[in-house]
Amino acid sequence: MSTLDNGVIRSPAVHAPGERQITFGQAILEAITEEMARDGSVFIIGEDVAEAGSVFKVLVGLLDQFGPERVIDSPISEAGIAGIGVGAAITGMRPIVDIMFGDFTTLVMDQLVNQAAKTHYMSGGKLKVPMVLRTTLGASRRSAAQHSQSLHALFSHIPGLKVAMPATPYDAKGLMKSAIRDDNPVVIFEDKMLYQERGPVPEREYTLPLGQADVKRAGDDLTIVATSSMVYVALEAADNLASIGISAEVIDPRTTNPLDTEALVNSAKKTSRALIIDEGYQQYGVTGEFASVIADGAFYYLDAPVKRIGAMNVPVPFSPVMEDLTIPTAEYVVETAKALCG
Amino acid sequence: MSETKDTKPNATELDAEHWLQAYEQMAKIRAFEEAANELYTSARMPGITHLYIGEEAIAVGVCEALRQDDYITSTHRGHGHCLAKGAALDKMFAELLGKEAGYCRGKGGSMHIADQETGNLGANGIVGGSAGIATGAGMSIKLRGTDQVAVCFFGDGALGQGLLYESMNMAQLWKLPVIYVCENNQYGEYTHNSKTAAGSMVGRAAGFGVHAQAIDGQDIRTVHATARLVIDRARKGGGPAFLVCNTYRFHGHHVGDIDRPYRTREEEAEWAKRDPLKLLEDWLVKSKQAESDVFERIQQDVKSAVENAVNYALEASFPSESEVDRHVYA
Repeated sequence: MSTLDNGVIRSPAVHAPGERQITFGQAILEAITEEMARDGSVFIIGEDVAEAGSVFKVLVGLLDQFGPERVIDSPISEAGIAGIGVGAAITGMRPIVDIMFGDFTTLVMDQLVNQAAKTHYMSGGKLKVPMVLRTTLGASRRSAAQHSQSLHALFSHIPGLKVAMPATPYDAKGLMKSAIRDDNPVVIFEDKMLYQERGPVPEREYTLPLGQADVKRAGDDLTIVATSSMVYVALEAADNLASIGISAEVIDPRTTNPLDTEALVNSAKKTSRALIIDEGYQQYGVTGEFASVIADGAFYYLDAPVKRIGAMNVPVPFSPVMEDLTIPTAEYVVETAKALCG
Repeated sequence: MSETKDTKPNATELDAEHWLQAYEQMAKIRAFEEAANELYTSARMPGITHLYIGEEAIAVGVCEALRQDDYITSTHRGHGHCLAKGAALDKMFAELLGKEAGYCRGKGGSMHIADQETGNLGANGIVGGSAGIATGAGMSIKLRGTDQVAVCFFGDGALGQGLLYESMNMAQLWKLPVIYVCENNQYGEYTHNSKTAAGSMVGRAAGFGVHAQAIDGQDIRTVHATARLVIDRARKGGGPAFLVCNTYRFHGHHVGDIDRPYRTREEEAEWAKRDPLKLLEDWLVKSKQAESDVFERIQQDVKSAVENAVNYALEASFPSESEVDRHVYA
């Protein structure tokens, strides 16, 4: 069974009884709304974030609540709005810069990599850049090569940036709130396919620390490290593996920078086998870093080499029959896991 | 390329005392840069640096029209901006020498001096890289409801960067208090702007509806009077402005660029006649607002202050090794 079906992910995630269920998109909106209400220095700027409520309709209602001064429709000028974010952040604001497709983050590279990431360091700790850049990742929307990439590895590479990639509504809300309150530039990647995904989100106030992994499913025979929507692929694979007697533990780092290396290493020590799944291109992807962390930290506990599965190293194709070949599937994860445990 | 046909405001609102202060600021920048050059040529400064000599009237003329709580963003050729906005000589030299006592604890160096206490949001090693930052400061001013102004200094080389146009467009759309000051020193590194900038320089901003004018960047009276007008206008909600200040880089692109084969000595001699310090001195003497010996005394004062600052920086300590991974994150 494919996890991805008509654009909707059916989550095998365990829902806590009695807790409110909201979608991933609603969780993001709640986080931004709460933080904007709490702190007058928070504002959001981006293409179609105000009147249209963003292209994915995640921000509908925000303009009515906070007005056009703080919910700002910008021209199609990604570098410019990222620069505005940096300058506003240095001078006392907490901007959220909205880049609708992760692919478009290539247009803001100088502002993020050379400016936002380095300002605190270059100024000897005097200036701070408390900004959030929220953007998307993920293929399978039949959007072809320029609207489907998962480019989080590019930013995870850069000292001075933090990178979050929530998988569940609960994580999305908690990480977004922490990102807004953080004094550093944080890039949040939201999987476009997850916006309608429902999950438990408490109504009480909470945040989640950046740099703390989450065990999405406990297990003994194999560690599967998975990011963003790949968590659902991993959970589905873990279900299938359970039926043939393999107990998989699913670890979601939640942030790639900072990375909770301890959680990855400890799980691998316990299970002796590790498989990593991520939707970024496999070559030079975050999977390589995770694998290295596990190999370094758990080498003497491992019964097999660490395996990794990223997106195929091709531009994301348009035709569905081809596109589906490029992203990790539960079936492929199961096959790889079986070989690893064989 | 020259576009000096525009206004020459006659309102020189400063009195003689203030003009002498402005002269002193320019002389201080000149002396700082000469000392920086000397530190480089005597191999006492790590790396290279880009000298502002010849362009002093712009930084001083503009910054004299700013308040301490106003913002500037600067460039790789930024020592003049930092000093004009109020930076201290000793911390500047300490930074150039990579010392812990420097403005950035030795982590930034010549191209990245930042000092939030004087509103300096940082010099920038990326040409045009601060256009967005200055505009964001303008956005922040608007959202916070203060009457500050942000000035974005950049060279004519930045006219090739798209970010500048994205930024000016938004500044005008939202009437942000940002003054874009293009220091047109004729060359982007080693290439004359006649080979890199098509059409009109002021026309670039005028196309967005931004108030735009080209002025003589060697004449501090013109620079200051014009800056004052557009800064006051921005402070009152009148929106951004774009000034092309025509000037000349008396030295090479950086301290190591000593042969300058891309331009003629004749061209340099012509521009040398329009030394901004000399122009102000001549005017103050001719209009009988100052005696000529005053300028000699100022020169001596700033040279001695610079010498002291250099000695301070030379004797200052390097950062400890434990400093290397501090301040990656706040």
